[in-house]
Formats: sequence, C-alpha cells, structure tokens
Amino acid sequence: MSFRETYMYSVFWRRFRKNRFALIGGAIIVTLFILSSLAPHLTPYEPDSLDLYHVLTPPSSAHWFGTDDLGRDVLTRIIYGARVSLKVGFIAVGIAMVIGTVIGLVAGYYSGWVDSVLMRFVDIMICFPSFLLILAVITMREPSIWNIMVIIGLTSWMGVARLVRAEVLSIRERDYIMAARAIGASDPRIIFRHVFPNAMSPVLVSATLGVAGAILTESALSFLGIGVPPPTPSWGNILTSGKEYLEFAWWLTLFPGLAITVTVLSYYLVGEGVRDALDPRLNR
Amino acid sequence: MANYLLKRLIMMVPLLLGITIITFAVVHLTPGEPVEMQVAMNPRVTAEARERLRKFYGLDQPLHVQYLKWVGRLAKLDFGRSFAPDGRPVVDKIKERIPVTLSINIIALLLEFGLAIPIGVVAAIRRDTPLDKGMTVFVFLGFSIPTFWLALLLMYLFGVKLGWLPISGLHSFGSGGFGFLRQLCDMAWHLILPLSVATFGSLAAVSRYMRSSMLEVVSQDYITTARAKGLSERTVILKHALRNALLPVVTLLGFSVPGLIGGSVIMETIFSIPGMGQLAYGGVMARDYPLVMGILVIGAGLTLVGNLLSDILYAFADPRIRLGKG
Repeated sequence: MSFRETYMYSVFWRRFRKNRFALIGGAIIVTLFILSSLAPHLTPYEPDSLDLYHVLTPPSSAHWFGTDDLGRDVLTRIIYGARVSLKVGFIAVGIAMVIGTVIGLVAGYYSGWVDSVLMRFVDIMICFPSFLLILAVITMREPSIWNIMVIIGLTSWMGVARLVRAEVLSIRERDYIMAARAIGASDPRIIFRHVFPNAMSPVLVSATLGVAGAILTESALSFLGIGVPPPTPSWGNILTSGKEYLEFAWWLTLFPGLAITVTVLSYYLVGEGVRDALDPRLNR
Repeated sequence: MANYLLKRLIMMVPLLLGITIITFAVVHLTPGEPVEMQVAMNPRVTAEARERLRKFYGLDQPLHVQYLKWVGRLAKLDFGRSFAPDGRPVVDKIKERIPVTLSINIIALLLEFGLAIPIGVVAAIRRDTPLDKGMTVFVFLGFSIPTFWLALLLMYLFGVKLGWLPISGLHSFGSGGFGFLRQLCDMAWHLILPLSVATFGSLAAVSRYMRSSMLEVVSQDYITTARAKGLSERTVILKHALRNALLPVVTLLGFSVPGLIGGSVIMETIFSIPGMGQLAYGGVMARDYPLVMGILVIGAGLTLVGNLLSDILYAFADPRIRLGKG
C-alpha cells in the first residue's frame, strides 16, 4: 500500500468512526454475518423440520420467536433466512455493479457516439418502473432464487453506470492518464489499471444501498407470492406465510419484518456514513 | 426557452422508441407463450387449434414483423385486446384505472414533498444536533420498513383491533347514495392508511436531497454576504437560501414516477384499491401480454413526461440551464 493510499484510508476511517449511527449499523451487519454463517451451531432446530404438536405456539423459552403454522421454529428460520436474503442482496448487487461499472467506464472513457448510445440506453432503462419489469419477467419465467437475483441485478445497474461515467469524465483529463497514454498503454489497460480503481468510491456507496434495496425487493416479491419459493426460508416468505395468521399469531409477522427493517436500516446508515466520509466537501 | 423545449421534445422520440423495443423484447424473448397458458388448461386442444390461436394473436409471424405491427398500432394509441376472457381493448382497461392511481399518487407526492422539504431544511439548519440525527433515523426508518409489512400492521391495529379505519377499497358499502361531499369524505377516510404508509416510506429521498442541497447553499458566499449585511437569520434562510436550494429538488419529481408505479402495485394489492397497480398485478399473473406491455409502455412514458416536466420547471426557474448547452 502506497503512502497516499494509507493516508486516504486513515482519513476515511477517522471520519467514518465519528459517525455513531454508521458504526452501529456496521456492527449489526457484522453480527448478522456471524449469526448466519454459524447458523447450524446456534440453534437446536432445523429450519424445515416440522413439529405438528407445537403449531403456532407463542414465543417461549424453547422457541424465542414462537413457531409457525407447521411448528417450525421462527428464530431458526429467520437465521437461515438471513443467508438467503443476504445472498439475494449481494449477488443481485454484484451483477448490477459489474454491468453498471463496465458501461460507465466505456461510456466515460470513449465519449463521442459510444457515450451517447450507451447513455441513451441508460435513460431508457431508467424510465421503466423496475418493480413492474421484475414482476413481469419473473412470472413469465419461474420464481427461482437464481432468476430473482439475476433480474433484480439486470434492472438496477443504471445509477451505477451514471455515477461511474461522471467519475471517469473527470479522471480522464488527469495527468497520470495522459502519462499512461504517452508511454503507449493500451485502452483496456488504462481503463482497468488506472481509471477503474479511481472511479470506485461512489460505487461503494451505491453498492451498500443496493443490497438494502434488493432485500426489500425480494421481500415485496415474496409478499406478492413470487419471491424465493418455499420451503427455502427467506425473510420475505416467512413474513408472507404469517400474513394469514396475523390475528392470532402476531410473532410470525412481527419478527421477520423487524429483521428486514433493522438490516435494511443498517445498510442505509453504513452507506450514508461511507458517503459522508468520502465527501471531500466536508474537508473544509 | 422555445428552443430548449423543442430540443427536449425531439429528444423524447428516440427514447420512446427505445422504451417500446425494450418492452417488446422483455415480453417476447422470455420463454413461454400466451397460447401455451390458455392451452395448458385444456388437454383436448389439438395442435391445429393451437396454430389457429397463434395465428389469431399474430404470434406465427417473425418477431420484427410483430414488433413493427405493434408499434404501428401504438402510434394510433391502440394497445390491442386483452388476453383475459372479456377480451376488451387494453386502452379501455387502463383508462378506467388510471384516474384512481394518478390522483392517489399526486396526493402522495404533495404530502411527500410537503413534509420532506421542511424536514430537510430543519435538518440542515440544525446540522449535527440531536434533532438532525433523530430526523435522519426517522426518514431512513420509513425507507427501510417494507411497506406491505407496515401496511399489514397498521391495518391490523387500526382496522381490526381498534376498528377506527377502513382497511380496503375506496368506498364504504352503500356509499353510492351519499351526496358528493359525503362521498369525498368517505374516500378520504379510506385513503388515510394507504397515504400514510406511502408517505412515510418515501420521505427519505427528498428530505436527504433537500438537506444536502441546503447545506451546499448555506456555505456559499452570498449567504455570508446576506448575513454580513445584517439580515435576520429568518430572512437569510427563507429568502436567500431556501429558494436556491429548492431548485435541484424539483428534478426529483420526475425520478419518483417509476417508484410510485411500482409502489402502487403493492399498495393497491394490499388495500384492494381498483387502480393501475392492481390491474398490472392481475395482468402479470394471468400473463396477459398486451395488457402488461401496455402498462409498461405507459408507465415508462409517464416517467419520461415527468422528467420533461421537472426539467422544464427547472429551466423555467433557473436561466443557467436553458442558456447552457444542456
């Protein structure tokens, strides 16, 4: 790590650390990762083992978050569901980041007609109500977890493309790019070795926010009956299965909803913290 | 100004064409045909009948021919006939649903901007105080809560448990006989829950944008000048800062359209509101291709119009935009 990089990280970290909300959010996210990766060791129950003698039992010392309509432990399903919901969030955002970054890099670096065509494509895609688009495509295919991740990714890259392009437009004019060109570096090398690393910081923020958005989208799809298909637990479908029992089994609806809210909120707060810490205007 | 307008209008043509191409591609390049759906239910349908159905819907022609025919009809505002058993024109179906969705969303937008702008301004003025932090968490909480979940909880609490508010539809049973004013009140009463949920969920974007826009303006030299010449803080904020900070926020109007349409699908499904969202959901579930395509095109077109309107508003208010090369 060069001196400049070390310095930048320390400035970033010093600023980020001051933001208490972002720190709390970060701590919650880390805890969630630990919980979901240790899932089998933490809970005595299996996520899909039925217990028809204990159907819809309220929270107790045996079942902290109660049981569902098939006698499955709700807490266990939420912990296992975290794996699924986080996986959906990360892979969907990963896909969006790759598409958005490549399009943004190419458009910003080449400018001219390549830029115009690509950016008009972005303008067009951004007009679509993406939720409706996702809904249409998923019902025409089938609501598998894979389809859901891919389609959320394919409909949410436009913001990233615009961010990266704007960043590239200013980076392109810097002296070190000129220097790289002067010594005969190829376009792909300049783009990926010199432009890309310097254009990534705004992407970081939108990736964080994107994970939150994808988790919400998956849960909304589940609510409409076309999310991650049961019996695989996702926060969305646990919540949805509880909807019919709301009147006499509130725990089935309350806890997964809280899990979604707290997680999404944590991602937003971390995203905001990163944005503030990266913002050079706050230096003054 | 006229020049700017003309340029913007011409720019819309390729974008609209692009919207139709994407819509067509999304629906036609995914496997599974509408005919399959109708045929699968009935094992006695022969291959011949299937072909007849395909021909009837024009599905036997090559894709580009289908596309050109479809766009040609779109230009005359003919969206084709719904695949639903009633077989009514898609335009009619959408036309009768649009007023409900549009008016609910306009009220929601007014509430959203009306609440979010003051929140953003106050958060900026009281930057880094507990008030600012509290409001930040409040608006993000609204953003993070799954709307359908909040709706369910509120419906349960206020509708079922307390019995204060109606939980579905737009009218009370037998309200047809009421006078106009009473009908309006009845509708407002039915809209309390959906509108509160929608507004709470959408405060974050505008209020955060307003806050950062305000912070940026307040650090400008002319604000320092205004303060230096002894104007009251109230005048400085309301007259000098707020006016300038409000400008960029206007552009958010156009951007919020796609989200509103997506949100309508969920809200209208939960609260059984007979609007476009509900129509879209039903259409998607029944694989009613002409209907889904029509709604996608109209939804994206509305966004285009929303963007145009907010840009015009912006250009109208800020001469730097229309005189620049934008």
